[in-house]
Amino acid sequence: MDAATLELRNVSKQYPGAAAPAIADLSLEVEAGEICVLVGPSGCGKTTAMRLINRMIELTGGEILLDGTSVHSRKPSELRRDIGYAIQQIGLFPHQTIAQNIATVPKLLGWDKARCTNRVEELMELIGLPQEMAERFPAQLSGGQRQRVGVARALAADPPLMLMDEPFGAVDPINRERLQNEFLRLQAQVRKTIVFVTHDIDEAIKMGDRIAVLKEGGVLAQFATPAELLMAPADDFVEDFVGADRALKRLALERVRDIELWPARMVQVGDPNVKARELAAQSPTGHVLLVDEGSRPLAWLNERDLSFDKVGPHKGRVASVEVDDLLRDALSDLLQDQVLYGVAVDAEGRVAGILSVEIIAQFLGDQGPGHIEEAAAAADRIA
Amino acid sequence: MSFLLAQIELRDRTGGTDSCVLENGFCPTWIRENLSEYVEPTQRHLELVVSSVALGFAIAFLLALLAHRRRFLVGPITGATGVLYTIPSLALFALLLPITGFGFLPALLALSGYNLLVIFRNVMAGLDNVPAEAKDAALGMGLTENQVLRRVELPLAIPEIVAGLRIATTTTVGLAALAFIAGAGGLGGQILTDPNFKSNIVVAGGLCVVMAILLDLLLVVAERVASPWKRATA
Repeated sequence: MDAATLELRNVSKQYPGAAAPAIADLSLEVEAGEICVLVGPSGCGKTTAMRLINRMIELTGGEILLDGTSVHSRKPSELRRDIGYAIQQIGLFPHQTIAQNIATVPKLLGWDKARCTNRVEELMELIGLPQEMAERFPAQLSGGQRQRVGVARALAADPPLMLMDEPFGAVDPINRERLQNEFLRLQAQVRKTIVFVTHDIDEAIKMGDRIAVLKEGGVLAQFATPAELLMAPADDFVEDFVGADRALKRLALERVRDIELWPARMVQVGDPNVKARELAAQSPTGHVLLVDEGSRPLAWLNERDLSFDKVGPHKGRVASVEVDDLLRDALSDLLQDQVLYGVAVDAEGRVAGILSVEIIAQFLGDQGPGHIEEAAAAADRIA
Repeated sequence: MSFLLAQIELRDRTGGTDSCVLENGFCPTWIRENLSEYVEPTQRHLELVVSSVALGFAIAFLLALLAHRRRFLVGPITGATGVLYTIPSLALFALLLPITGFGFLPALLALSGYNLLVIFRNVMAGLDNVPAEAKDAALGMGLTENQVLRRVELPLAIPEIVAGLRIATTTTVGLAALAFIAGAGGLGGQILTDPNFKSNIVVAGGLCVVMAILLDLLLVVAERVASPWKRATA
């Protein structure tokens, strides 16, 4: 089934007897195939908002449209069979095998046995569990494996919309990171519309195409892409919530290949030194980069190294980062090596350009005092 | 107590010349020769136990399902079955006899009544102990309330339901020894026909114990077959 669009129109939820509404006038539009993360501190109503969609909780105002049709036009049980559902506690049925668990919704939909079996095999493959595990009971699996089965079960009938409430909340940080990456890979294949609830802003930034930040009382504080959220928090609440390290978080959204690098000035052994000196003069680093015939970096050369006729062999230490690295990790590598710039190399080790701390600072584009260009200009003036 | 005495016919022992028998001792020879006397009471006893546990289970199970959906009924049903449980069996028979007359029926009704409390409470405990997240996931995936009950809650409650049946069965085997008072026969009657004769007491009492153990074993096996997941660990 294709992904569905989801629209919440002025949705509210008021519990009888409660002074304030749990959700107040919430409007969101989620495009087909997008991951929309609902994030906020506990008590902000993010789980409530999610449960309104499959009518596990009934709304008291507004409208929720799934592919343009109100969710209230259908019986709750039938509606829910079209919406994948994965929760933090997983809720696998302990008395059923993994295969039976996964086939829950297909069976409800009346699929025949062969089709269910095929689908289970397909999903076991998709979540990377060995087929023989299908006949085991949940108690025989590890926490991470159970989480995967929970996701597989939610995907079983190929629903156009998935609701996921902290699906990786109960696993340790290392496994969580793995599951998140796996899930993003999975999503790249299945392209579902997903509503993903978490209290963890880092998870939200990592998983979300768009993020809805909710505050107390189910009030929408901001609905934006991760980059927008980090660059321009709508108010103090969002700014606080995304954290003081939001600049660093933005670096986790981009990879080295996504930004404009300095061109590398490269020479090989045997090149005339006149040319090399010219190149060094053009280089923002004041150095040329000695590479081998396969364009792999060997050493940085300065004026002194270029005193003979031709470039001789040198061996030095060259800090390098990969173009597929996250900017955050690349910056960390540079800092670790105590250098201001490093060589960006591709998967084969060939030079792609030069990444410097300066480029990264420019990318963040902060215009406040101490801005890098301003600082450079000030330094020039002093000199 | 005339109805009680009416049920007891003291019997002459056959083989009364044996000195062991005359001394009311434990006599293997006598037991071997007279074992057939115990077949009919044993069958009768078994019928009483099985049918009263079955009837008690049927009623308690329905009450539990009712109370599961309407929680306010839990208190009243626990109270009512609890009161029933405290009535001395002798008194209960006496109360029933004018209505039902002597025989199998009053014994069946009384013994079933004693089973209600234990079975009701265990079914309730079984249903209440179903993990909340399993129910939430089931509803969230689109099972109806009835499907959740049949496919998730009841299968998961089986171990506790069977535990209740085991207690009920074992106690009923013992209680049924009093059913002869209501005219239902059974091994209790056999005991009282000759209460001073050790051989008689050992055989009749022993048969009760063996019956209790065998029925209990049967239930244990049934539980293991019905819930293989209980024994599955990583």
